[in-house]
Amino acid sequence: MPDFTLWDILRNLALAARWTVALSLAAFLGSAVVGLGLLLVRLAGGPWLGRAVGAYVQLFQGTPLLMQLFLLYFGLAAVGFDTSAWLAACVALTLYASAYLTEIWRGCVAAIPRGQWEASASLALSFGQQFRHIILPQALRIAVAPTVGFLVQVVKGTALASVIGFVELTKAGGMIANVTYEPMLTYGCVALLYFVLCFPISLSARLLERKLAMRTPA
Amino acid sequence: MPLQLDFTSILVQWPLLLRGAAWTVGLTAVATLLGAALAIACAWARSNGPAPLRWLVGTYVELIRNTPFIVQLFFIFFGLPEIGIRLSPATASILAMTINLGAYATEILRAGIEATPRGQIEAAESLALTRAQIFTRVVLPPALRKVWPALVSQIVIVMLGSAVCGQISTEELSYATNLIQSRNFRAFETYIVGMLAYLGLAILVRTLLNWAGPRFLFGR
Repeated sequence: MPDFTLWDILRNLALAARWTVALSLAAFLGSAVVGLGLLLVRLAGGPWLGRAVGAYVQLFQGTPLLMQLFLLYFGLAAVGFDTSAWLAACVALTLYASAYLTEIWRGCVAAIPRGQWEASASLALSFGQQFRHIILPQALRIAVAPTVGFLVQVVKGTALASVIGFVELTKAGGMIANVTYEPMLTYGCVALLYFVLCFPISLSARLLERKLAMRTPA
Repeated sequence: MPLQLDFTSILVQWPLLLRGAAWTVGLTAVATLLGAALAIACAWARSNGPAPLRWLVGTYVELIRNTPFIVQLFFIFFGLPEIGIRLSPATASILAMTINLGAYATEILRAGIEATPRGQIEAAESLALTRAQIFTRVVLPPALRKVWPALVSQIVIVMLGSAVCGQISTEELSYATNLIQSRNFRAFETYIVGMLAYLGLAILVRTLLNWAGPRFLFGR
């Protein structure tokens, strides 16, 4: 049996961490698109569609990500749709994160004074023009910090993909722990790598928040 | 083959689901009490303690907030036995949930504590209250009231996160769901029922805490 040094453990974990990063990016981009779509539906779609989006948010924020993963991976397979672990994880994380993002962004849009909508409407701008030229540039500034902060939740969420057998950082850690009989060291390294991924994001979110808060005229 | 859904084969297993839900709520309740106590201590240390203690609490908070819960749980359950600390699945789950909630709640509480007007503390000092009295009677209650909604959200998030504890064979709701699924092979319907059960619990816990907080914790 080959001996695993600390270097071997760290190197293998770092290789697996690439999949954590890939999954995080895919889910983040996917959820940004879905989240923006849901936001527009909520703003312009009338009361019923708005309520439907509210129910969507409630559903994905009120149930564990793990259950959503199980449903998409094992559940769909049981009714005849075979999904790969990668696809199931991507879709589940996208749905989950989009519920949070659309809610965060709704807050940002709600923070823009009502008068801005009214003023742009009185200039005969269409909804699309109002949103694109008047509301979005202002809401974007408020939205940057919480959105970057939420990215940390996405990265941590990808750890659950290990449970459906997708080999990313956590799953690789479990496999290495089983080979080396050194679970403490291995999971310690896994935690360290997540920290290395997430902490800079957390810090930049905090920095952005401070910077944008200072620039906002009182 | 047309899709045929059969929910009865899951609903007849309701005692299992109920037991699982009771475990989930129980774990969350214990972790909330312990986590809140931990958070109050840490928030106090972070705003009033000596520099090394402040740094220590800051490190704890950042370490927990920037690593996934499942890794924390596995570290405790699989890692700690290596140095002779062998915990049962339930104990390990409670410990992990407590440490996790403690870190988030520390940050939440700190925001509330820092929002205390300086004059209130000075007024309390001029009434010759001790530092402990000032913290528990003057600073903490309004701080709790301010951050209560955020705290309730975090408790619900920890409860939903506890679904992972089934992976170390704690017999909570996700464990029960997996068990039922392995008996009837109706994975799709079973996980839908499981999700709805969690959704119900989340709404229940949120409503209960929003109702109970103002009545029993920071009254009037």
